[in-house]
Amino acid sequence: MSEAEKTKDDKPIKKKGNLKFILTIIFTISGFAAAITANLLIPQVSEKVKMEVYQFGPIDATMNNAYTWVLDTLIVLYTVIGVFSYFKKERRKKYRSRAPFRFAVGIALALWDFLGTKIQVLPQPFFPGPAGIIEAFLIEGDYIIQNTLYSLRLFSVGFLLGIIVGVGTGILIGWFPKVYYWVSPVLSITGVIPAVAWMPFALTLFPTPFSAAAFLIVICTWFPVASLTASGIKSTPKAKFEAARTLGGKTPYLVFHVAIPHAMPQIFTGIETANAFSFTTLVMAEMMGQPGGLGYYINAAKVWSAYYKVFAAIVVMAVLFSLITWLVGLIKSRVLRWQRGLLK
Amino acid sequence: MSDTILEIKNINRTYRDEDNMVEALKDINFSIKEGEFVSIIGSSGCGKTTLLRLIAGLDKSQSGEILLHGKKITEPDPQRGYVFQQGSLFEWLTVENNIAAGLRARHIYKENRHKVSEYISLIGLNGFEKAYPHQISGGMAQRVAIARALINDPEILLLDEPMGALDSFTRADIQDKLLEIRKMNHATMILVTHDIDEALYLSDRIVIMTPRPGKISEVVDVNIPHPRHRGGTEFLAERRKLLERFHLAAAQPQPEYNI
Ligand SMILES: Nc1ncnc2c1ncn2[C@@H]1O[C@H](COP(=O)(O)OP(=O)(O)O)[C@@H](O)[C@H]1O
Ligand SMILES: [Mg+2]
Repeated sequence: MSEAEKTKDDKPIKKKGNLKFILTIIFTISGFAAAITANLLIPQVSEKVKMEVYQFGPIDATMNNAYTWVLDTLIVLYTVIGVFSYFKKERRKKYRSRAPFRFAVGIALALWDFLGTKIQVLPQPFFPGPAGIIEAFLIEGDYIIQNTLYSLRLFSVGFLLGIIVGVGTGILIGWFPKVYYWVSPVLSITGVIPAVAWMPFALTLFPTPFSAAAFLIVICTWFPVASLTASGIKSTPKAKFEAARTLGGKTPYLVFHVAIPHAMPQIFTGIETANAFSFTTLVMAEMMGQPGGLGYYINAAKVWSAYYKVFAAIVVMAVLFSLITWLVGLIKSRVLRWQRGLLK
Repeated sequence: MSDTILEIKNINRTYRDEDNMVEALKDINFSIKEGEFVSIIGSSGCGKTTLLRLIAGLDKSQSGEILLHGKKITEPDPQRGYVFQQGSLFEWLTVENNIAAGLRARHIYKENRHKVSEYISLIGLNGFEKAYPHQISGGMAQRVAIARALINDPEILLLDEPMGALDSFTRADIQDKLLEIRKMNHATMILVTHDIDEALYLSDRIVIMTPRPGKISEVVDVNIPHPRHRGGTEFLAERRKLLERFHLAAAQPQPEYNI
């Protein structure tokens, strides 16, 4: 199988294809290049926009400078990814399929820059230009990082604890009919309640706001993970257990080497569902009485009508949550590699 | 080839639903000698699997007992290896880890890990150690299932139509493998099959069963010397005899049931 995969991937890539792929890379980055050009060449028409100068050690920068640096970074990033993809057929395909979208993002940024900053026709202060959002990082980048780390810490603690508790209870529910009888109704009743509804109780029951919010994330992770783990365990075919027993497997082997591996795909479905729930719970919990976090930052910025900061926090969230989702997916495909080629 | 290894005494096994009763096995008495190869044949539903599961300890009878070396069988044991019809491999384990499953389950993997590659060679699956069950053919999967049971060095190997779902070439291949293994480790083998040729090719004795209620109707000795040839005159003569007895057995008047 792995042999077959290799030969498929290593098929000689045609010369003509090489040139075409280089053009694809250029096409991908040309959108962002256009955005830089537009930012540099189009004069600042609207006089309402103030160009403050911020200092980074020896470097002075306006929000326009920072905006073009971000675009530079994107160009470097997509060039590197392009070069990296050059050598593998599968990666080339993926890169090629994303090229039009990435190009369009560049063009959209140019347009947004023009409408939001250069002539500023978008309603203010609700819709800042892209450079305006980046200005938030110039003003208080370290404060944003601080709040991001708070969110990340809260999320990690709640999510990981929720997975551990969820898988644990799921195994008990799936394995022992008695536990199923008593716990599964509780699970299905509490499971449908949005976790943030427990916030008032959590805040009085737990010593710190952090532990209260972590508790809510644990709750909302626990429900899908536990119920899907239980259903995965319960659906293990009797034949697998019997095979294990004839091989000398006792109860611990049946649980840990038969039922749990069999349930693993469903456990991951639970974890992925829980992942999305936990993001929502995290941000909502942070908006209700946390001393930090991106949700808290959004709330605080809103009070001052600093919508560019709200957007900055949203961008950070999007990147952060994408990374976490990607990481979960990576672990999943690693653990479930035995399924590769089975589904699809 | 003398000592009795397995005694089946007065076994009755009835399945009961709300308004249905199936006498899967009725008054089964039979014993098997050490090192013997016994095939059980009979139409589907005559209780072959039920009998094999009782021997494995996967099921309990309402009356009677099965003795292994004079000791009553109550639960599964790696001493009685079981090869299921199909789909019993662990999909989440590679070929080599499926074969090693018994060693791991018995916590003796470390000192016996060398056996895994021996059994992979034995079943001719070198190069497929890291493949997952869905990546190999049905014939390979059954060979893995056989190796997985054999790695525990069972005294008795129970085979429930292990080749039922395979094409005839693959089947002949595995049949020869079984004979080879038998020559090597002298294990007692009990094979459930619905293929008369297969039974003749492999067995010392053939048990013919009839359904409703599941009963042993005939026990036939096969006295063809090894190696046997599927087209040999002796083989064909025995085959004709067996078929006659089989049809006779099947033609016995059976009580009518209204279901
Ligand atoms: N778990 C069960 N519940 C109810 N009836 C069963 C069960 N297992 C087998 N039977 C019945 O017992 C009879 C014998 O079954 P089985 O031993 O599987 O036959 P064979 O393997 O010879 O085809 C069949 O009539 C079958 O329907
Ligand atoms: Mg059967």
